Amino acid sequence: MLAFILRRLLQAVIVMLTVAFIAFMLFQYVGDPVTSLLGQDATQEQRDQLRQDLGLDEPFPVQFARFVGNAVQGEFGLSLRQGRKVSALIAERFPATMELALAAAVIALAVGLPLGVYAALRRGRFGSQLVMTLSLLGVSLPTFLIGILLILVFSVHLGLLPSFGRGDTVDLGGWSTGLLTVDGWQHLVLPAITLSVFQLALILRLVRSEMLEVLRTDYVKFARARGLQDRSVYFGHALKNTLVPVITITGLQLGSLIAFAIITETVFQWPGMGFLFIQAVQFADVPVMAAYLCLIALIFVVVNLVVDLLYFAVDPRLRLEQPGGGH
Amino acid sequence: MNSTPPAAEPAAQGAFSRFLDGDIWHSFRHSPMAMLAAAIAALCIFCSVFAPWVSPHDPFDLATLNLSDARLPPAWMEEGSRRYLLGTDDQGRDILSALFYGARISLLVGLASVLLSMIVGVGLGLLSGFAGGKVDAFIMRVCDVMLSFPSILIALLIDGVGRAMFPNAHETLAFGVLIIAISLGGWVQYARTVRGSTLVERNKEYVQAARVIGVAPTRIMVRHVLPNVMGPVLVLATIQVAAAILTEATLSFLGVGVPPTSPSLGTLIRIGNDFLFSGEWWITIFPGAMLVLIALSVNLLGDWLRDALNPRLR
Repeated sequence: MLAFILRRLLQAVIVMLTVAFIAFMLFQYVGDPVTSLLGQDATQEQRDQLRQDLGLDEPFPVQFARFVGNAVQGEFGLSLRQGRKVSALIAERFPATMELALAAAVIALAVGLPLGVYAALRRGRFGSQLVMTLSLLGVSLPTFLIGILLILVFSVHLGLLPSFGRGDTVDLGGWSTGLLTVDGWQHLVLPAITLSVFQLALILRLVRSEMLEVLRTDYVKFARARGLQDRSVYFGHALKNTLVPVITITGLQLGSLIAFAIITETVFQWPGMGFLFIQAVQFADVPVMAAYLCLIALIFVVVNLVVDLLYFAVDPRLRLEQPGGGH
Repeated sequence: MNSTPPAAEPAAQGAFSRFLDGDIWHSFRHSPMAMLAAAIAALCIFCSVFAPWVSPHDPFDLATLNLSDARLPPAWMEEGSRRYLLGTDDQGRDILSALFYGARISLLVGLASVLLSMIVGVGLGLLSGFAGGKVDAFIMRVCDVMLSFPSILIALLIDGVGRAMFPNAHETLAFGVLIIAISLGGWVQYARTVRGSTLVERNKEYVQAARVIGVAPTRIMVRHVLPNVMGPVLVLATIQVAAAILTEATLSFLGVGVPPTSPSLGTLIRIGNDFLFSGEWWITIFPGAMLVLIALSVNLLGDWLRDALNPRLR
């Protein structure tokens, strides 16, 4: 198991270095920092001086090493568009995105899991087919369209819920939360539902197909033959064994929730990292793009690592196998 | 399977007609859902391919635009005009015509990027499964890394880089960047699927036989292994078409997709989004409905095809 963890850690480091390299290349080839700092009409001497001050005349590996060193400390320089430190910009918006993503994950799990079990147990019935058709709709509806429809119905027509921003937030030592005010909760409802729909449909379909697979196995038949209650067979035996892939996918999806939040945040003008990133892409604001990229990669790598470790905790078969023989 | 009469079309058509032969067609004829989805998809494709002939107006001919016709609601509403069946947008463009032209661009970008990612993915998958060893390990590690990021993020990044590198990009270049951006997130799935099937096929007797009689490895890969691993690839490609169209729409909605001079469905939705609060819902909702219709019908077809090709479900 130790060898497995070490190998995974090494893999994670390689991924992070690759991403850092891509981010570094962004700085190298996209735009000239000297020109953007000094403007078009600086003299050659001024340029050379600045180039030297910034360390741009040093060899490539040295520059890359310095970039990684700075990145590890969360230092990505100044935003080209807003002229503020990128780390400060991101830190400001990080809580908004995290609260949105977590709320969406909770909705997706709390609704998707029971519906998936229902669709599997009542296979072929009308209710189950309705659920499946709706879930296909959920996969086919692009996130931004769901957001627009929700705004149209609940904000424009019914006037029930706000359609943009986070509402009132409370500052908890650098972490601004919208979860402590009624207004914040009201603002969270529509974006969280929007973000959760795709994941919800995914979890639902996954739980259903895993459940159907497990219900066919011998131990379920045997459990029935022992005369156990349906309830105990379904939830004690079947559901328990479907949870391994469900945990994996849900865990991995937590990363994509944060990435997909880009779209939801744009629709609802949610002041999160995604909104920041999309503005950076539109204006080719390289430092912000690079920082967001590295942060997202870090989140993904950590989530993947945690999911791998959870596997060991959940599935006893893996602990018996040879290290590396696992999935 | 090879019992089709030799009179049938040779070689290239052989694989295709064999694929359509028997089971698949039978299953199609007995699945009303699949037939409905195919009909809707065919209608959408027809309308977009023949957009210049089907559309009642030319939305890009500035001479015919009349600002007094701007923001008209659909024909069945009170202020609607019978000239504009689904209403007009803020510049007086006919929504229905813009829909057809938009779907055209959406489909074009979607199909092109699926084709590109399929070629890259199938090629690398075949290579990976056939060569094995270090090549295989390297390609699969790259796949692992790519898979751990959602494709929309990869597309956004590539698009952002392309935008930053060529700030005054020509339109065709913008399309190229967009297609590459979307396909870069998609090829991994093909590569993994094809690699898996190739590993199975590689050890079968017909491949060994071909090897024994001295057929070159590339020829074995292309002529012998490839046709036998195409089934899952077709299922994947169908579903990926829907995914690619949605990705394109998302990018265009975010304002980093196709150039505004040739609006896709996503661009139309983006434009309409600004008028949501003033009550002109039709500018957004119709392109959105068209998008969902295309994606849903293609997804339904993909679902059906997967079940039809899966022997365990028969």
